[in-house]
Amino acid sequence: MSGTLEELPRLLALVPYLLKRPGVPFATAAADFGVSETRLRKDLNLLWLCGLPGHYPGDLIEIEFEGDTITLSDPQGVDRPLRLTVDEALAIVVALRTLAETPGLTDPEPVLRALAKVEAAAGAAAGAADLVEVALEGAQTVLPVVRDALERGKALRLVYWTAGRDETTERVVDPVRVVVVEGQSYLEAWCRRAEGVRVFHLGRVQDLAVLDEDAVPRPGLASRDLSQGLFQPSEGDTVVTLELAPAAAWVSDFYPCDTVEEQGDGRQVVTLRTHGSAWIRRLALSLGANGQIVSPAALAEQVREDARRALAGYGTSGAHSHLE
Amino acid sequence: MAAKKTERMLNLVICLLATRRYLTVQKIREAVPGYEAGGEEAFRRMFERDKEELRDLGIPLEVGTNSIWDDEPGYRIARRDYQLPEITLEPDEAAALGLAARLWQSAPLAGATGSALLKLRAAGVETPSGATALDPRIGATEPAFEDCLSGARDGKLLRFAYRTSGRPGEEERQVEPWGVVSWKGRWYLVGHDRVRDATRIFRLSRIVGPVRIEGPAGAVTRPEGLDLRAMVVREADDSRSTTARVRIRVGTCWELRRAATSVEPAGAGWETVELGYGDPDRFADRVTGYGADAVVESPDEVRTAVVHRLSTLAEREPAR
Repeated sequence: MSGTLEELPRLLALVPYLLKRPGVPFATAAADFGVSETRLRKDLNLLWLCGLPGHYPGDLIEIEFEGDTITLSDPQGVDRPLRLTVDEALAIVVALRTLAETPGLTDPEPVLRALAKVEAAAGAAAGAADLVEVALEGAQTVLPVVRDALERGKALRLVYWTAGRDETTERVVDPVRVVVVEGQSYLEAWCRRAEGVRVFHLGRVQDLAVLDEDAVPRPGLASRDLSQGLFQPSEGDTVVTLELAPAAAWVSDFYPCDTVEEQGDGRQVVTLRTHGSAWIRRLALSLGANGQIVSPAALAEQVREDARRALAGYGTSGAHSHLE
Repeated sequence: MAAKKTERMLNLVICLLATRRYLTVQKIREAVPGYEAGGEEAFRRMFERDKEELRDLGIPLEVGTNSIWDDEPGYRIARRDYQLPEITLEPDEAAALGLAARLWQSAPLAGATGSALLKLRAAGVETPSGATALDPRIGATEPAFEDCLSGARDGKLLRFAYRTSGRPGEEERQVEPWGVVSWKGRWYLVGHDRVRDATRIFRLSRIVGPVRIEGPAGAVTRPEGLDLRAMVVREADDSRSTTARVRIRVGTCWELRRAATSVEPAGAGWETVELGYGDPDRFADRVTGYGADAVVESPDEVRTAVVHRLSTLAEREPAR
């Protein structure tokens, strides 16, 4: 593919952009267009060769440079940007709708105003936005409190349920940011109890309060890349091999597996990593006959023992009788 | 080379925007630098390609004649079809747009967002840049995403191999796509399955291999008033129609306690919760996961199912 399909739309946007911003610094324009300053200079050198038929000096796009700034004085008719394409309108409209509809994530009022204006400007192209819907799990009461702490730079007290260990703890954290990954909302924060960065699933916050105390700034934390998911393997993880019946194939969709081997009959053998054994034991229990830990053997034995202890709650025989 | 071509096409756009009269290809050749070299045929081919590329970029070319005596059609670009209408955003609206623009994490929508943002900035919108403390992201890493989306957009039929949960192998599906939905971080295709002659919901991660997009654009008619999200949620969610009583150890099973409609003390260290469930097997799986911290008291269908699961687990021979 030629570079033209990329360059032409940029140039057609650059002309009205510069027209709206006389004296804009090179660096600002380059950043807004996501290109290097060298690339921007090449674009500008091309622009002033272009213009109306005849191509005499008065017909050409006119640009002046003063120091580090750019001023475009004659756009030769390209004074407005091109309309949004269907894909562009879809991307923006669906994103704004998603923000507005996610409970607690933002104040929906300005989002809805922006949405109405973008839809009006996009015209018919916005129609395709009905083809895509995104449901994000917000947190109607928890998120606004977290946002308030972030905006005012305050520490937070959390009562939090750790699913892996099935325990509830109270802790004070210095909030860093709210992230939404794979449809779920999380708070990334420095946990003063654990003395490390922790990611808290906002759906598991039982109670929270903004403290009067200022949060300790933790510079550099916000740059962590969570795009590959929240689960970040570490040295001490146990590698577990699980054999899954077809009815448990969702496990490999749902959890990050290191390897997935199809057995041909719909069964799978997967390996995944776990930090501590509580979580994987609960998973193995809930899978019942549809999943079995192949290794480590000691973990498989622990699950058998968990099942025996649980059966005791129903009467040792496992027979159906109510316990007094 | 690319720079020459870009220059030629930019001049072409300026020329066609400036003209009110339709310009024949000969007039265009005279007016736009870059077309003069080469023979007539080479020029025609070049112009055809340029025309296609302009249309691909969403630049609306009008074709027509200036009077009934003209026998050769000409071209122009109508300003009202070309230009983005005026749009002015208040600072809080622009901040919302800036946040929305960060949402899409992967192709193709991340790219479309970027080019949309260029146009909006060119219209004078100032979006704040830099990291914010709010960072919502939506991924679309399923390989089938792009094809399912463009099939739905263009109203074309989709064909693909699909792996059904709990069944070995995959089956060929023919689907009239109505739209795509992201729910709990996973993408679904909603549409009409032609072979089964019924509405079906497909998880994109279970589509195996390439998606073929077939038929003329607009061949698929989307029913009016669809609520795609509700359709996916209904399919994937467990409706809570029956009530169970579960004894749980204090300080554990928070997930069950959160879903409970009532919580009562049940002797030292224990509580009894009541909560609704839909499918008894799925509910039994969930409770079994809590091991000795949760004991089902009623109903019998769940209690029996849990005991059966636990017995199987307790008596299982170690794996080979």
